[in-house]
This record gives sequence, structure tokens and C-alpha cells, in this order.
Amino acid sequence: MKVNLVKAAPWLVVAGMFLLWELVCVGFDVPEFLLPAPSAVWKVGVAQFEPIMMHATQTFITTLAGFAIAVAVGLLIGMAVGSSPLLYRAMYPLLVGFNSIPKVAFVPVLVVWFGIGTVPAILTAFLISFFPVVVNVATGLATLEPELEDVLRSLGASRIDILGKVGLPRAMPYFFASLKVAITLAFVGSVIAETVASNLGIGYLMMSASSSMNMPLVFAGLIVIGVMGVVMYELFAFVEKRMTGWAHRNPGGAP
Amino acid sequence: MSFVKFENVDLAYAPGGALAIENVSLDVREGEFVAVVGPSGCGKSTLMKLISGLRMPSGGYVYVDGRQVGGPLKIVGMAFQNANLLPWRTTLDNVMLPLEIVEPYRSTLKKERVRYEAEARQLLARVGLAGFEDKYPWELSGGMQQRASICRALIHQPRLLMLDEPFGALDAFTREELWCMLRDLWQQQPFTVILVTHDLREAVFLADTVYVMSKRPGRILVRREIDLPRPRDLDVTYTDRFAGYVHELREHIGRVRAA
Repeated sequence: MKVNLVKAAPWLVVAGMFLLWELVCVGFDVPEFLLPAPSAVWKVGVAQFEPIMMHATQTFITTLAGFAIAVAVGLLIGMAVGSSPLLYRAMYPLLVGFNSIPKVAFVPVLVVWFGIGTVPAILTAFLISFFPVVVNVATGLATLEPELEDVLRSLGASRIDILGKVGLPRAMPYFFASLKVAITLAFVGSVIAETVASNLGIGYLMMSASSSMNMPLVFAGLIVIGVMGVVMYELFAFVEKRMTGWAHRNPGGAP
Repeated sequence: MSFVKFENVDLAYAPGGALAIENVSLDVREGEFVAVVGPSGCGKSTLMKLISGLRMPSGGYVYVDGRQVGGPLKIVGMAFQNANLLPWRTTLDNVMLPLEIVEPYRSTLKKERVRYEAEARQLLARVGLAGFEDKYPWELSGGMQQRASICRALIHQPRLLMLDEPFGALDAFTREELWCMLRDLWQQQPFTVILVTHDLREAVFLADTVYVMSKRPGRILVRREIDLPRPRDLDVTYTDRFAGYVHELREHIGRVRAA
């Protein structure tokens, strides 16, 4: 009974939100060019299913490409920064400063360098999502217990040994946790770039729809992005649980 | 012939900074069980780092097995107050960890896995952990984790076992059980032990020789041989001679703290 409620709760909340939204739109007679009702959004979504899916696929692939680069680069920088106190000190201010730059302000630069299209969107997705991976991997490595390091060093373990046997496995929960954050950020990055500098993707679709005051289509785009974000988040949450069950131990239940 | 030898060893963690230990000289025979006691912060753990080669002395010389220590030694096993088992490995895999690093095990591990695993299981059985090999560390009690940690320190058959307050976080009964476990391990297959502790009863019960250190900078104040017959039973801790040793050492510590 209680378990069922816990499982159903997220669906109920979503359904409730759409219901409230519909009621507000109908009840207050909100004009469609301000806030379209979910039913209107749904109608547009069905009518324009194919173009929406085409743009969604573009955004999805762009996001995944940027995310993949972010994971690879984030892992490398995170490993370097996390296992060397010198690099940690040397690189951190730069990384933090870089992360503080609003990525939307950087898109025009990317356009100058790479032209309008998919490349700036991939790079924006990458730039916005690699930082959490770096921070988490570095934290996981840097918080290694010194006694454990002594045990291994006294056995003659090299730095690579310590990294491989202890550092990386220990950092994995941090790493997988960061993937969940990074994938949602990657969607933010690719859509931002598409709205400014692309003629493909959900971002572009929303931009062109809003310029023709087609608000139901804009909202359909928003919902598609949201759904893709949730699905990917859940996917990585599942992977995290599978890969690092030992970190989510609960008494009585082996991983 | 001494196995571990300190000659007038000083150590400052920062060059020119305050000394952590000062002018320490000691001699440990092969197979001897040595305990080092002293007030907290007296540099007992520093001593361990020097012996294992994780730190170089700022002055004086450290010899192990007739050679001057110039880097991490591979004939050493270590265990600490915190068991530090790896939570993603089973107890057996935790114990096997040193074999993945130390030669000649490292290069023969693939071929001889079955034999090494049998050895690890045997060692676990000797400390009373038979049946727990495939459990994860968080499924073990604190005392069992510490047993496993000591197995990990012994699996590669080190000639020198170094223990830094290994029983400090355990309750009194578990602690006494683990004293007996360590005593049995050592008596069945002698190796040299250096035990850092601030439990005087533990030191007297287990050790052949007890060193008392002063507070920072740590110096050796007293070297006391414990002349109690072996094998020692827990009952020995209630005898007058035992109490005499503990009392004597306690007075030295008291003087250190007052000074």
C-alpha cells in the first residue's frame, strides 16, 4: 500500500500539475498566445509530431555528443586534479572562473569559430556539463583516507596502482552522481545554442514558433526537452545504482 | 643482530620546523614483539612512518634488516585504528589486496589464484572469520573488520607487522579477544611486531619489550622488558606481577604528562 503510493507519487504530481494548468487556462479564460492549455499543446504535438520528433532527435544526439565529450574530458581533468595537490591548487581557480561564465554569452564566440549549426551546440553542451564531472571525480580522489594510502605505499604500490585499486573505485559513486547532473545540464547547453545559432533542434523549433506567436508549439518543445531530461536522468540513476551498489548499502540488503 | 635499529633519529615534518621525534635510538630483534606507549601526540605514529620508509629521518639513521631505509619497504604489513577495508570488495578480496601489489605474488596471481585464495581463507579461518569471506565489510562488526584488516596486513607474509592502535576503537571485551587472536597468530608463526598503543595493559600483555615515549618532541624515556612466561593467558592480567608492570609504566606516563 505504502510502497505503491511511493511509486505512484511522481506520476500523480505530474498529472496534478497538468490538471491544474488546464483548469487555470479554462477557468480564467487565458488567451492562447499567453499560456496555452495542455490540451492545446497536446493537439499541436499530435499534429506536428513528425517535425517535433525530427528536431528532438537532433537535440538528443547533439546533447549526447556534448555529454560524451564532457564525461571523457571531465574524467581526465578530474583524475589529474584529484590525484595531484599541486594541479588541484593550480587549476581550480581557472576552472571555477571558467564555469562562472554564462555559457549563453560564449555561444557567439563559438559561432564565429565554427559557424552556425550543430558544432556550437555540441560544444555548449560540453562546456556547461563537464564541470560537475571534474569536481566530483576530483573530490572522490582527493578524499582518500591517508592511512589507506600508507598501507598501499608501504607495500610498494605506485601512484597508478593506488589510483586503479582504490582511488577510482572509491570515486565511482561521486562520478555516477555527477553524470545525473551533467546530462540535464547538457540539455540546457544544447538548447541554448540552438535557440541562438542553429536551424535545427528543439531550441530552433521553439525560437521560430515563438516568433510566429505559435505558443502551443513552444510549450510542446519545452515538454519534449523536459521528458528527455527526466528519461536520461533516470537512466543514469539506474546505472549508478547498478555500478555502485556498495555505496548505497542498506542493512540486510546486499548490493 | 638487530632487525630494526634506530640511531639517534630526529624527524621534523617541515625542514627546520619543530621536531616530532628527537634523538630516538632503539633496537628490535627479529621475531620480537615490541610495544610503544606514550601520551597522545608523542610521535608514535611518526615512528611507524620512519620504520616503513614512508618518511625519511631529518637526522640519524634507520636500519631495517641490516640495510638503511631509503624508501617504502615491502616486507612490512600495516594496520591502523580504522580498519580501512574497501567497501566494494568482499572480505576475501580485501585480504587479497596486497597480493595484487607485492612481488612475487603480483606477477603470479593469475596463475596461482586458487592457491592464494586458499591461503587467504585459511588465514581468515585462523582469526575466526571462516564463513565471512564473501561478506562485505559493512556486514561485519567492528571487531571482525579489525580482524580482517590484520589479515590483510599479514597475507603477504611480511617479516615486520606494524600496528597503530589497532584495537583503540573496540569495546573492552572485543579488545581482549583480539589480543588473544594477535598473540596466537604471532606464536604460531613468529614475525616482528611493533605495536603502537596507549593501552598499558595491552602493551604488557602482548609485548616482550615496552618503550615509553615522552610528549612532543617524542623521545624514548624507558625501555622495559616484560618478563612474563609465554604463552600468556588472559588470566595473567590479574596477577600481581602484571599489575606491577602496568603500574610502573603508568608512573612513567604520569611523569611525562606532569612534566
